[in-house]
Amino acid sequence: MSSIVQTLADGTKRLVNPGRVCATTGLSVCSTAQRFIKLNAVAAVVFLLVGGVAALLLALTRWQTVHLLNAEWFYRIVTLHGLNMLIFWILFMEVAILYFTCTTPLNSKLFSKGVAWTSFGMMLTGAVMVDVVIFKGQGDVMMTSYLPLLAHPAFYFGIILVAVGTLIGVFNFFATLYIARRDKTYEGSMPLVTFGALAAAIIAVVTLLHGAIVMIPTFSYSMGWTPQPDPMWYRLIWWGLGHQSQQVNVCAMVACWYFLASVTTGARPLNEAVCRTAFVLYVLFINLASAHHLLVDPGIGATWKIWNTSYAMYLAVLASMIHGFTVPASVEVAMREKGYVRGLFGWLTSAPWGNPGFSGFFLSLVIFGFGGGITGVTLGTQQINIIAHNTLRIPGHFHVTVVGGTTLAFMALAYYVIPLIFEKDFIGRKFARVQPYLFGGGITMLAIGMSFAGSMGVPRRSWDIDIAGVYGPAAHLMLGLVGIGGIIAFTGLLIFVLLCVGTLLFGASTEGRAMTDWGVAKSVTGAPTAQLGEHDHSATKGTFVLTLIFLTCFAVYYFANWKALADVWPVR
Amino acid sequence: MSSLLVPARGWFRAPSGHERTWIGLALCWCLVLTLMMPFWHFRGKQNSRGEAYLVTPAGFQARVDKFIAATKVGEQNGIPVVSPAPGGDAYVLARMWSWSPILKLRQGETYRVHLSSLDLQHGFSLQPLNMNFQVMPGYDHVLTLTPTSKGTFTIVCNEFCGIGHSTMIGKIIVE
Repeated sequence: MSSIVQTLADGTKRLVNPGRVCATTGLSVCSTAQRFIKLNAVAAVVFLLVGGVAALLLALTRWQTVHLLNAEWFYRIVTLHGLNMLIFWILFMEVAILYFTCTTPLNSKLFSKGVAWTSFGMMLTGAVMVDVVIFKGQGDVMMTSYLPLLAHPAFYFGIILVAVGTLIGVFNFFATLYIARRDKTYEGSMPLVTFGALAAAIIAVVTLLHGAIVMIPTFSYSMGWTPQPDPMWYRLIWWGLGHQSQQVNVCAMVACWYFLASVTTGARPLNEAVCRTAFVLYVLFINLASAHHLLVDPGIGATWKIWNTSYAMYLAVLASMIHGFTVPASVEVAMREKGYVRGLFGWLTSAPWGNPGFSGFFLSLVIFGFGGGITGVTLGTQQINIIAHNTLRIPGHFHVTVVGGTTLAFMALAYYVIPLIFEKDFIGRKFARVQPYLFGGGITMLAIGMSFAGSMGVPRRSWDIDIAGVYGPAAHLMLGLVGIGGIIAFTGLLIFVLLCVGTLLFGASTEGRAMTDWGVAKSVTGAPTAQLGEHDHSATKGTFVLTLIFLTCFAVYYFANWKALADVWPVR
Repeated sequence: MSSLLVPARGWFRAPSGHERTWIGLALCWCLVLTLMMPFWHFRGKQNSRGEAYLVTPAGFQARVDKFIAATKVGEQNGIPVVSPAPGGDAYVLARMWSWSPILKLRQGETYRVHLSSLDLQHGFSLQPLNMNFQVMPGYDHVLTLTPTSKGTFTIVCNEFCGIGHSTMIGKIIVE
């Protein structure tokens, strides 16, 4: 094992494991980890493109004026879109993030190449299998595949392969944490980004176990070996997979926020204990939220519904609200230290908005918080769910969490992953600078259209709403917004994929030199050099005002929904 | 780069300043969110208690047939129209791709509406009110419902149930 000694900026030396030292950051990069980060990221982007094309077709079908696909292909493409976007794109990307966060920040090598190959091979085989079954028309069961709907056995087997493959990748992450600690590649506590990834990994294990518990009997039933599992039992356990997997995304996304805030503005976490406690709250309470999908189901009592949907006491929501403060606050402090001290928001207006790493991350934060967070808590309120369940309000909510939030954060991350890990400088940099705005703006418009159409009762996953004869021009206008927002977001997605692929093929190599800077916040000449403390009230006043505005919006939306509920027929 | 680096020793400390104020505010808001649901459960008029009984599809079909025979007052497009007794039981049966029978209810009266499916899962979505409940095969889902407005209301299926899903339309009439 050839090791090199690396000297850090502050003069301390540390041992570097086989690999290279990054010329931009001075951190070590393990060559095995680098290879698998590349493989998983490339697979992720391929599935993103498949899911993206599907998204465009769906948006153009729900837009009643265009109504592109026929019913058969509409439902087929909904299934394809859900699985490729929510499962494959996200999981491959998360495995890449896990491999990065357990090696470079800890100065460690990846535990095992063989395990990484096994994981990647199983995930890829499973994902391709599922897509083939869907295209052959043998899996028109939606992503949720609710029993007694039944798909070809290869559909379930493919999902099991993806789930187990991901679990094996997660094992590689844990094993790497262990050997890093054993070999003392770092001293003290692990860095915050790794800690966030660890929280995501723990939730992923619980999530994927639910997947195994529900998918194995369903696969066995589809083979004719065992009787049909109870459909209510299926819903209960499936959402342990379906909802929790989205919380893995939340954790991974928040870890990306901290990472991107650091590299684009030099932000440092204000209080590590607060940030880490918030991650622990996710691990402890987020699994209860699977109940969000069962709030108007038969056979489950009000006590169970209320307790679980409230995450014990909204403690996982508290965690998100904490991150929603600490991330922008760390940016504010960093910017003020650089001399951008004018007014409440001078730090924000002077931020590097032309850097897609920054704009993507900050838009992700805003869209996730104001859009996804507020709607999620409201729709997940036990009684309010009566006026929301299975309407377009639900996809309206999760398109601003998992797309405007997670996917946009992962895209922003890619603007650093490709130069730093693939060692290629981006081509088409002007396009890259507008891409986050296009994608974030499009998806926000789409989600607004969905939410309002859903408020008017338009169902999700429905090919045609005119047969019912109850939806007026306003609902059709909102579906038009879905169509146009979908086109804009798809354009943003396509630019992203083309830039990534183009850069891998034609980008200038960054080997042995620093990546070309996207534009980070520079210190104003004559700025005071002293570090601002968290005790300094002027240091975070802008963020504090922003969070108060957020809380006001939250309260208005939440109570407006109680009012809307009070207007419908009494029911118990 | 600091979130990628090992934190300096002594990082575990209590929050202070705006951060502490915000955590306090957020925690209070979480308490409000938590208390609203039990409050509405006891004081509010719209709740989903999930009252349900196990039933076989054939058993539910038999009860629906009996119910239709006893309360039938007419027919619309081949679907029976029934007028259940106020305060009594009413049945709506979901199957690919229809809702049956058509209920004729009286404004201000309370009914125990039984929902179940003969085949797949379906979604009972009452429009334009936008009230939504899950319909499961094997479960007799009972809604104790009080129509407070007059008119013809449409039941839309909002749980995917195959190629004819969007054509699965039913009706409730309130007089």
